[in-house]
Amino acid sequence: MRKWGFLAAALGLTLAACGGGTTTNTTADGEAAPAGGGRLDVVKGRGQLICGVDGGIPGFSFVDESGAYTGLDVDICKAVAAAVLGDAEAVEYRRLDSTERFTALSGGEVDMLSRNTTWTISRDTSVGLEFAPTTFFDGQGMMVRTDSGIADLEDFAGKAVCVETGTTTELNLTDQMRQLGVDFEPVVFQDADAAYAAYDEGRCEGMTSDKSQLVARRSTLPNPDEHTLLEVTMSKEPLGPVTTNNDSSWYDVVKWVTYGLIQAEEFGITSENIATFEATENPDIARFLGKEGTLGTDMGLPNDFMVKVITQVGNYGEVFERNVGADSEFGLERDQNALWSEGGLMYSPPFR
Amino acid sequence: MAHDSGSKTFDVKAMLRDERFWKIAFQVITLIVVLLLLSFFLGNLNRNLIQQGRAFGFSFLRNPAGFSIGESLIQYRPNDPYWQALMVGLGNTLTLVVGGIVLTTLLGVVAGVASFSKNWLLQKLSRLYVGLVQNIPLLLQLFFWYFAIFGALPRPEAQIGVLGLAFLNNRGVYIPWASSALLAILGIAATVGAAIAALYLWRWRTKIRIETGVGGRPQSIALAVVGLAWLAIITVGMNWTIPQGIEGGGVTGGLRLSREYVAALTALVFYTSAFVAEIVRAGIQSVSKGQWEAARTLGLNAGMVMRLVVFPQALRVIIPPMNSQYMNLTKNSSLAFAIAFPEIYSIATTTYNQTGRPVEVFVVMMATYLTLCLVITVVMNQFNRSVQFKER
Repeated sequence: MRKWGFLAAALGLTLAACGGGTTTNTTADGEAAPAGGGRLDVVKGRGQLICGVDGGIPGFSFVDESGAYTGLDVDICKAVAAAVLGDAEAVEYRRLDSTERFTALSGGEVDMLSRNTTWTISRDTSVGLEFAPTTFFDGQGMMVRTDSGIADLEDFAGKAVCVETGTTTELNLTDQMRQLGVDFEPVVFQDADAAYAAYDEGRCEGMTSDKSQLVARRSTLPNPDEHTLLEVTMSKEPLGPVTTNNDSSWYDVVKWVTYGLIQAEEFGITSENIATFEATENPDIARFLGKEGTLGTDMGLPNDFMVKVITQVGNYGEVFERNVGADSEFGLERDQNALWSEGGLMYSPPFR
Repeated sequence: MAHDSGSKTFDVKAMLRDERFWKIAFQVITLIVVLLLLSFFLGNLNRNLIQQGRAFGFSFLRNPAGFSIGESLIQYRPNDPYWQALMVGLGNTLTLVVGGIVLTTLLGVVAGVASFSKNWLLQKLSRLYVGLVQNIPLLLQLFFWYFAIFGALPRPEAQIGVLGLAFLNNRGVYIPWASSALLAILGIAATVGAAIAALYLWRWRTKIRIETGVGGRPQSIALAVVGLAWLAIITVGMNWTIPQGIEGGGVTGGLRLSREYVAALTALVFYTSAFVAEIVRAGIQSVSKGQWEAARTLGLNAGMVMRLVVFPQALRVIIPPMNSQYMNLTKNSSLAFAIAFPEIYSIATTTYNQTGRPVEVFVVMMATYLTLCLVITVVMNQFNRSVQFKER
């Protein structure tokens, strides 16, 4: 009798395995996405957005004193959650290091990345990612000790540079030094915390990363005044949210929520004055806020998704100033990150 | 009734009652389940890769890597292909593993034997070391050695010189070394060759002396010649370069062992040796008390009892678990990527990140570690056979 039971169990398992073989789109979570719906339906069904962040960069994604995630990257996650689920707090954050991020995304562990990720052609094509609009235009910089006497990259001959692995900065550094013919020693860390710790105690003369990250990280070093950024920009680093290939409905949502933040600033709609646009006469704004047309529902979102985003998160300008700009400890200028109408690069295609 | 033994009728009931049938049936079912699970997972992987527009394949290994590597045994430039970068990583892993196995064996045996010492301090130190190191995670120990110990060394401007022969600073350790790689390889080969020759000569001499009670003089002379030849090669032939401190910090000449390498090696050796010490202790304890007493009765001193009687018998118990410790050391060497040592795991993570091909890279990595461990097993099995009881 016991043997029969075992046999039945084994047969059951076999059948389950056969049955499992016919399902498609099985993600790492074991969530089977319904045909055609993709990630958007998974997120709606779960009632929560899983967002991959760095978690260690003040101003971009950092855990504050109260234990909550804050920063520019985090606010993008919140904006998407507000648009899709109506609640900016319905986000679960996953801290990912630079080597884990793409496998976590393509394996389906996270719905999207908002993690200082540089948009490059190889990541877009061969790595299989989709890049939503850039939320922060950056460039690669080099941080050194003020008393080191290093003024430019040529001074790094025979010296060591700490860098985080799996980043574009690792490749750009190699290219720049090759071009200059400078023989330097790379010290490559997988963990950003370890890299900055090694730089701080003197293993490396230089630490290279995106400038915004260097400025933010410098504020967490024991003596921030002892470090300066060299006057070099080694590369273009457009940073933005990322989704995985071949799921265009979900990619569209992330893309247009990001554009929506920029468009809201262009319209002059902020979290404070949004009530005044309630009875707007401007057809562009009425469409944007979902009073007219079906821009939201066409995308599978509530028609007033931008109202929820702006009320709960604000427009791009507010997000920038609050986290890294004038209202923050970093006080970064808008520069390239200003609206196109003010000489910057932030430009949203029309909401029409 | 069809119980006629000559009948060819297929009796299902009899078969179902037959234990042999069930033994085979369960094996077949298990095999089918395993194969189905495997095909399900592989099929799922394939579907997901196709869905994301990526095909499985290894041709990307021929593309230029584009990243630089801090230290390398072989020539490497950033525009070399990925497979060459992985070879650099493999070379670095091997230096860590080979150095680790040699030093672990020495330290582990010393610590294990020391736990039997009559010297109170030595014995307690051995026990304290094993108890402390065995119970702290290796990753933590790696960070400890890298940041707390080697990170506490002075900057190059204030580096420490050791008798003018070696230098220590927070970049690494600088030691005297042969002036070229070829000479260094020759020197290592000469050392290994001399050690093997000396071992055989010693055994030959002992055998003759046991059998005849006298003689062995030619063998003693040959031993001395081997020793002198080795000494001559090492002292004169190597053309040693001594590291020289530069004014204002830095070192030229000699061999630089990076801080990453030294910290990884130290952590691995200290960690694995604690386990080896316990294996050695267990092996020695397995030798019956009568053997100790008999050896003492013959008038051997404590050192000779250990060296001639107890330890050779303990080896039979020690060798098999040593194999698994060597394999642990090999696999644990992948943790060195956490402290920026560019071994193969570190290069592989960079590779899959830049190419977006984690599955292929992980296959390469698994094959590499599997091969390393199998080589260790084969060597250790050979050694094990040589120390087992020879039945006469």
